[in-house]
Amino acid sequence: MNGQMQQSETGQGHPPAAEVPASAADLSGSAAIDVAHLVKVYKTTRAVDDISFRIARGSITGLLGGNGAGKTTTIAMIMGLVLPTSGRVQVLGAKIPEQSYDVLGRMNFESPYVDMPMRLTVRQNLTIFGRLYAVKHLRERIDQLATDLDLKDFLDRANGKLSAGQKTRVALAKALINQPELLLLDEPTASLDPDTADWVRQHLETYRKSHNATILLASHNMLEVERLCDRVIIMKRGKIEDDDSPDRIMARYNRDTLEEVFLDVARGRLREGAT
Amino acid sequence: MSELVSHQHRGISLHRINAMVLRYWYLLMSSWPRLLELVYWPALQIITWGFLQTYISQTSGFFAKAGGSLIGAVILWDILFRGQLGFSISFLEEMWARNLGNLMMSPLKPIEFLLSLMIMSLIRLAIGIVPMTLLALFFFGFNFYAIGVPLIAFFCNLIFTSWSVGVFASGLVLRNGLGAESIVWTLMFAVMPLACIYYPVDVLPVWLQYVAWALPPTYVFEGMRALLIDHVFRADLMIDALVINAILFAASFAIFLALLRSAKRHGSLLSGGE
Repeated sequence: MNGQMQQSETGQGHPPAAEVPASAADLSGSAAIDVAHLVKVYKTTRAVDDISFRIARGSITGLLGGNGAGKTTTIAMIMGLVLPTSGRVQVLGAKIPEQSYDVLGRMNFESPYVDMPMRLTVRQNLTIFGRLYAVKHLRERIDQLATDLDLKDFLDRANGKLSAGQKTRVALAKALINQPELLLLDEPTASLDPDTADWVRQHLETYRKSHNATILLASHNMLEVERLCDRVIIMKRGKIEDDDSPDRIMARYNRDTLEEVFLDVARGRLREGAT
Repeated sequence: MSELVSHQHRGISLHRINAMVLRYWYLLMSSWPRLLELVYWPALQIITWGFLQTYISQTSGFFAKAGGSLIGAVILWDILFRGQLGFSISFLEEMWARNLGNLMMSPLKPIEFLLSLMIMSLIRLAIGIVPMTLLALFFFGFNFYAIGVPLIAFFCNLIFTSWSVGVFASGLVLRNGLGAESIVWTLMFAVMPLACIYYPVDVLPVWLQYVAWALPPTYVFEGMRALLIDHVFRADLMIDALVINAILFAASFAIFLALLRSAKRHGSLLSGGE
């Protein structure tokens, strides 16, 4: 799947995504996300440093990197929450931020940087976001999400009185309320126990398959990325260090797990690790 | 586009404004301290100033003749102040709840967000001011509603000013995070001495009078005194105030958009903290 969008077979790092051979899907201009030469400078810090990539519709892509690698800033620029210093972002065919209101109703996100209002019940929160996204048959949609995400027992409880795991499921329900074509997730399973985290991952996989949705997720959880993603973009100090399928990246670094690759990249063992 | 979602993303959507009003309504109804706060301070204000008015009227012929000008001024000032707070506190609720990112990533447009805050300021104002006016009537015999049609002109001008200040203050918090929260609570007090709430404009030094006349509330309080003391409704003052209000509102909206853009440039929407 991911191979449609990027080929990185040189074994010597990877070519910039803008130079990646384009598949038929790319040529039709149907990439869900198209980022070109994106730069974000905060005062003197280059948080994102000239990155380019395209993400095919219906794929799950993981954005990996240590703290300060630029993952969150990249996702925020894709969402239009942060303006790039230079470069271009296109989402579902719309230029961001200029045409963001053309596509915001077709995407959604979940991030540890935002919360749902604490005093409102889960049902009230979902009702409000459902209305903001103009969801039809909202009551039925909330019931369906409550069933799918196992929220029924606490649907009428205040969000602030939920456990971390329950809150994450509610945030996921909010992110899915409009059946988004594009889902942006920042650490979707952070603070979840392994069982709940696994359950969330399963749900994301099912959602992607059943709706041909595109998912871009930033994560520190290497197992999660290995299991979910058909493509991984590794970032370090604002730049893309590698961009390929998990299997090919692990093969290239001669490692058995992405975690080992991640450590190689984080500790600057890129060249030694690469075959 | 999913069939689940209506195609409602162009233009201003009443549906989305309604959703936001509902969000604040749920919040108000879930919290009795929030409701109590709306009534408590205006009630204290009117009782304190009402007794002061009673005392002064007994000792001063002018104030006896000026039938309720102090109480009237207190109520109108509260419309101005509470109108702005009603707007800004609803905005702050989003900052406190760390919900702004969710809203900014939704199809909700800034103008729809601001319109919902304006509606909430009216709702919150009604909850606080109506009991206040009833207290003025029953304790001090001052019927605020007897002002009649001019009251609509006074109210509209004051509420427009309060929204302009609210929009501006919210923009500052949006850009600078909750570290700028105190501005929300204190900004309107900068207007207080110049708006000539309790005294006529000609009390001010001449050069300061020019500043005072640049503020729409000054026209309202002068108009109120003309009505209560001289029994004359000064429509000219209300029209002048409306013109300045229109300019003020357009300017504050433009500043809000500029501050929102600046917040996006600096990444403040992600942090939202201090």
